Amino acid sequence: MVEEFMGYLRDDGSVGIRNKIVILPSVVCSSVVAQRISEKVEGSVALTHPFGCGHIGPDFEYMARTLAGLAMNPNVYGVLIIGLGCENLTSNILAKRIKNSKKPLEFFDIQDIKGGTIAAIEKGIKIARKMRNEANELKKEPFDFSHLILGLECGGSDSISGITANPVVGIVSDKIVELGGTVILPEFTEWIGTEHLLMKRAINEEIANQIKETIDSFIESTKKLGLDFRGAQPTPGNIKGGLTTIEEKSLGTIAKAGTAPIQGIIQYSEKPKGKGLWLMVEPGLDVESMTGLAAAGAQLIIMTTGRGTPTGNPVCPVIKICGNPKTCDWMRCNIDIDASEIITKDKSLEDLAQILWEKVKNVCNGKLTQSEILGHNELAIWRLPGFGLDISKLLNI
Amino acid sequence: MRKAFIVMAQKDNVATALKEIHEGEEIYYNNKKIRINRKIPFGHKFALKEIKKGEYVIKYGEIIGIARKDIREGDWVHTRNVKSAYLERYK
Repeated sequence: MVEEFMGYLRDDGSVGIRNKIVILPSVVCSSVVAQRISEKVEGSVALTHPFGCGHIGPDFEYMARTLAGLAMNPNVYGVLIIGLGCENLTSNILAKRIKNSKKPLEFFDIQDIKGGTIAAIEKGIKIARKMRNEANELKKEPFDFSHLILGLECGGSDSISGITANPVVGIVSDKIVELGGTVILPEFTEWIGTEHLLMKRAINEEIANQIKETIDSFIESTKKLGLDFRGAQPTPGNIKGGLTTIEEKSLGTIAKAGTAPIQGIIQYSEKPKGKGLWLMVEPGLDVESMTGLAAAGAQLIIMTTGRGTPTGNPVCPVIKICGNPKTCDWMRCNIDIDASEIITKDKSLEDLAQILWEKVKNVCNGKLTQSEILGHNELAIWRLPGFGLDISKLLNI
Repeated sequence: MRKAFIVMAQKDNVATALKEIHEGEEIYYNNKKIRINRKIPFGHKFALKEIKKGEYVIKYGEIIGIARKDIREGDWVHTRNVKSAYLERYK
């Protein structure tokens, strides 16, 4: 049987599992206007953020790439960019990038229209409503899972995440790769301790060396700040919970990415350059990480949690899976898959992987996740692209 | 029924407790009876077989550390008797 899901075909060949209209403020100054527009148009979402001005060098590139990437996500039908007019990350710059996706795209600056906030909101609502009507005409079609990019994430981990939720996700991750799909594992700070194993999984020596260089250069840079990333793990709380060494902790984390070969490393918010499993350079803050995954084109994120976390993403459904019985009880409204039966009943990792796989298919077919139902639209952008550069130089110390 | 422990991979020489296991309790793994030598807290590990000083501790089928001292079958396996093999390389 061919595994398929019903999705929306985009003009660039990508496939969405949602059909959203994005209202993108190019700068914080137009964020309230963007928010008001989205409140008046069902199925639209404002990507409000506190940035857009005063960016230089790599910071500018990361910001532009991330905001444009979110707007270009396959789950997005069309984009309306609202600029102010005097910012350095202009609506025009973002529009040029987003044009590559061939999505319906409109943009204007508040300073260019007569009537300030009120006129800008009215103009925006008209444009967004028109896009919404066009989006509604689109019919879903069946696609195989080679069209899916899955992002992996963990947040609020506990000492049992690594023996419950994470390995369950690893089984599903392998299945997506097997079906020709793409998977992205971010959070490189959590690979530390397992470089040698990730290197063994790299498809060639060049990729293996990149993995090593990525981690080594980060550790060298943070050493100059007086931080010891290797020595500080596992934390006292981890040890109390039963984790003994840094490699044990990291093995539990990378268990999310199963056993597939590693095709390469991508930078924050960068699109994978092919199918299969990819690593993303990103330091491990949940919301920043999920923003980077969605900006890289992931249509779906699976997030494991132990202590529980409510966060979602504005353009990408997030499936939460949790292995902690108390969290599954106390934060039931935030958890999609209760993996605590591995502990409380005699369920195997494979049993839970089957349940998660069914959930993945349902969510791809349009079923809302808990984070969507509760309206979790958190967005945060990694602002330390000094990684890969000399961080101490960037901070001028 | 609630499981007492989980073994992540066939090659592993440690298991992780899924509930508190008491001293003197006997558990069965691969048709072998293992006597637990001291209390194992929830989420902590115990040895499925003898691990001699200097030998690797294996979980997820991978090396998670080196035994600092001889570890008997059924012993609690933690920081007191295991050190990171990874950190040794960066000393």
